[in-house]
Amino acid sequence: MEYLSLGIKSIFVENILLAYFLGMCSFLACSKKVETAVGLGLAVIFVLTITTPVNWLVYNFILKEGALAWAGIPDVDLSFLSFIAFIAVIAAMVQIVEMIIDRFSPKLYAALGIFLPLIAVNCAILGASLFMQEREYQFMESVVFGFGSGLGWALAITAMAAIRKKLGYSNIPDSLKGLGITMMITGLMAMAFMCFAGIRL
Amino acid sequence: MSILTRKDKRIVKDGLWDNNPITFQVLGICSALAVTVQVKTALVMCLALTFVLALSNTIISLLRNFIPSKIRIIVQLSVISTLVILADQVLKAYMFDVSKQLSVFVGLIITNCIVMGRAEACAMRNPPFKSFLDGLGNALGYSAVLMCVATAREIFGSGTLLGFQIVPQVLYDHGYVDCGLMVLAPGAFFLLGAIIWIQRAVSGYKEAN
Repeated sequence: MEYLSLGIKSIFVENILLAYFLGMCSFLACSKKVETAVGLGLAVIFVLTITTPVNWLVYNFILKEGALAWAGIPDVDLSFLSFIAFIAVIAAMVQIVEMIIDRFSPKLYAALGIFLPLIAVNCAILGASLFMQEREYQFMESVVFGFGSGLGWALAITAMAAIRKKLGYSNIPDSLKGLGITMMITGLMAMAFMCFAGIRL
Repeated sequence: MSILTRKDKRIVKDGLWDNNPITFQVLGICSALAVTVQVKTALVMCLALTFVLALSNTIISLLRNFIPSKIRIIVQLSVISTLVILADQVLKAYMFDVSKQLSVFVGLIITNCIVMGRAEACAMRNPPFKSFLDGLGNALGYSAVLMCVATAREIFGSGTLLGFQIVPQVLYDHGYVDCGLMVLAPGAFFLLGAIIWIQRAVSGYKEAN
């Protein structure tokens, strides 16, 4: 039940895109078509669900103060290395995931293919790992948090792509077209998502 | 400014206005919004980003002839994250409360698309000094937008500027209320949307469909 609550919280209440502004760049760049948005959304869910727990393991067994006790050196604090370790883990995981998908499901690979490498520099992925570190989640919590954040992001980008498709028929001032109006709509979506605030299970 | 030739100034100005990273290149928006509730945090964030961007551009440009193109992304990332770790440790040591407020966003400079984007687009091809100026110009352009958003959000959202009371008490006594929306996420989106609109209207830029 606790996990369900955390899941709901990370999908709706504290949506990683609309409340913390993470992953805006690819959100703005790839929300022109619904198909690409869905593809990228799936890829983000996938990678986030894997990298957040893996980074949890890396942080808790290697980097954290006293985490190297199992190796016989308990008074080492490597937590200042966490940025570089996390980004390396993410880049490596993205690469591995890409190879595995290519090997076992060429169809999914063809659908996600171009987006997977892009994900390595998506701030939502690194952001989720850093939040996990800052909030001191347990292992299972980090799995749920990773999945929930990914789902929330996918939800937001899919909705945005659908809205932008409709937007094609409207008459917008020239200089507001594109980026400007997209920001405003994102603002409206963020307001809508604020309605979920305070929901607890 | 006699050290800088006209061409050098041109490079800086390019990032500042004509090719502003946020409003034209659509880079680095994530962090631009999250840290702008107060001017103070935004200012620190700008300094950190300027430091990282100018130095990473210079270092990558110095290394550009030694980096094999196949592994360039990972080399760039490690240069950038080393610089970000430096900035983060300095912040933690000397400005602990601000670094707590910025929380994860200093770390997120690593994945800030401006840094990667400029490394890829400029530093890999140009000599160090030019790359340094390009980094500086882009960082200033980013900072300019950030400061606009942050100033507006702090004045309208909490009636203060850098922690000082700006909106006089008299107004509050007569029923003036702070605009709560500005402190929340949607306010940032609306403001940035408006800034983009104004900037593009002034410079006459149109997005290709």
